[in-house]
Amino acid sequence: MQPNDLDRIAQQIRLRDLQAVFEAGAGHIGGEMSAIDILTALYFRVLRIWPDQPKHPDRDRFVLSKGHVALALYVTLAKRGFIPEEEVATFLKPHSRLNGHPNCNKVPGVETNTGPLGHGLPVAVGMAKAAKLTGATYRTYVLTGDGEMQEGSNWEAIASAAQFGLDNLTLIIDHNRFQQGASLKDTNNLAPFPAKLEAFGWDVTEINGNAMDEIVPALEKRGSRPHCIVAHTNKGHGISFMQDTVDWHHKVPNAEQYKIAVAELSEAL
Amino acid sequence: MNAITPSPKLHDCRDAFVAVLERLGADNPKIVAVCNDSVGSSKLGGFKAKWPERLVNVGIAEQALVGVGAGLANGGLLPFVCGAACFLTGRSLEQIKADIAYSNANVKLIGISSGMAYGELGPTHHSIEDFAWTRVLPNLPVVAPCDSIETAAAVEWAASYNGPVFLRLSRVGVPDLLPAGHKFELGKANLLRDGDAVTLIANGTVTHRMVKAAAILAEKGIEARVLNMATVRPIDVEAVVSAARDTGAILTAEEHSTFGGLGSAIAEVVVAEAPVPMKILGVPGIFPPTGSAEFLLDEFGMSPAGIAEAAVDLIARKSSRT
Repeated sequence: MQPNDLDRIAQQIRLRDLQAVFEAGAGHIGGEMSAIDILTALYFRVLRIWPDQPKHPDRDRFVLSKGHVALALYVTLAKRGFIPEEEVATFLKPHSRLNGHPNCNKVPGVETNTGPLGHGLPVAVGMAKAAKLTGATYRTYVLTGDGEMQEGSNWEAIASAAQFGLDNLTLIIDHNRFQQGASLKDTNNLAPFPAKLEAFGWDVTEINGNAMDEIVPALEKRGSRPHCIVAHTNKGHGISFMQDTVDWHHKVPNAEQYKIAVAELSEAL
Repeated sequence: MNAITPSPKLHDCRDAFVAVLERLGADNPKIVAVCNDSVGSSKLGGFKAKWPERLVNVGIAEQALVGVGAGLANGGLLPFVCGAACFLTGRSLEQIKADIAYSNANVKLIGISSGMAYGELGPTHHSIEDFAWTRVLPNLPVVAPCDSIETAAAVEWAASYNGPVFLRLSRVGVPDLLPAGHKFELGKANLLRDGDAVTLIANGTVTHRMVKAAAILAEKGIEARVLNMATVRPIDVEAVVSAARDTGAILTAEEHSTFGGLGSAIAEVVVAEAPVPMKILGVPGIFPPTGSAEFLLDEFGMSPAGIAEAAVDLIARKSSRT
């Protein structure tokens, strides 16, 4: 699938995500909008996966470490055929398997349960190490938030990945520059990330994480060391009044804002 | 039944653990050991010598230790994640909750040198909270074997069980109590001695002290039932209820805090199903003073004589109710 087609799919996922947040009255819309282009590139181009065989041993692994944007993953999984598209409407409803953070024992396509931050990368290191030990050819991808990189567990895993020579592991940092209550810069500013990752023995690629023609080649890049993609993104990408403001970490649009957002996203379709 | 007499020889149960791990590892290439620099303290030197590539050492990084274990299981391997129990459970509790228990990852968590095995190193190195922390987690069996025979059997069982397990081992020498060839059954207590005056229940390093306490009681004409209850979760409800009904009083002892451990798990059953007087022996909610594990167990009333004395007091409470 080519970048133009992927862009169209990403916009459709954004629209469905927005609608689900509006209907559920909850969600983490800012971080969902920033990550959706990356999720789209992974699920519709890069990952070797079989939606009808979600536990296929040769499947590529994807771990959504920033588990609070579960809705964006659910919409993507539904569009890709892992779960029924109509099921997205059950998001956060009583007994729905689609709760606020993904559950690997309930939702096909989810590899490990995330939610507390700083968990996905160590697990992804284990997955990539397992492939090295067994000779499996699958690759492992993990998406973290930039604020999430403040968790020390990530740096334990970053050191291990280099030590183990995990050239089959790709970490994508969704660098939207905002965390829950403030900007990264005003909280605990780990940016710029590249030199830090390089110092740990990783290859680093910096891209515009909302531009398909940069996302795809970065995800498909192969090297001899673990690979980190620092994806510069916009929180709330695609919706003008949400973009790059800390307010939209988990705010829900009112009816008027929803109308504007739908119009803006539809225009880009 | 004939009472079990503890053998005079003492065993470090880590030896039984690694002997079985290496035997199973020879037949099953999926078995990997994961450690946090703890090759020596987990006695993984033999495993490493045989299969260096199958020893995954993440360094001194316990959050990665448990997370990497979950990932290895996702990749089709059978990881035995080994670390000092205090760090494995304390430092990585959220990883145990989310990555292992909630994700239902087929990972075996091996807590080495649990309880007060590190004795004089002090409370930072004691693991007397781990039953409380782990037994509240769904999907996670919690098992503390009482001797080298039960350790070997529990490791064999854990390898064949499809799901997470927390196995709590010690380095403190204990005599063998269970018969050779004993098979481990999850959630099943072992009757070591029968009696009707009181039931003594323990696990891990304290079970042999219970057996010795029962012998002291027998000299006084008091017949105590002794149960070894390695499984803290799921607790053996049937054995607890029978003990309450048949003997009318239950005394528990454990190398753990009296808050939230084996005694608490048993009390939860007793209160709901068959209320009888109980006494819970353990570390009484303090950071222990300096001393070896054996010294501290004695200090906290868990010498055989101390246990026997507590049993006599408990039996008196039982009689005063009638």
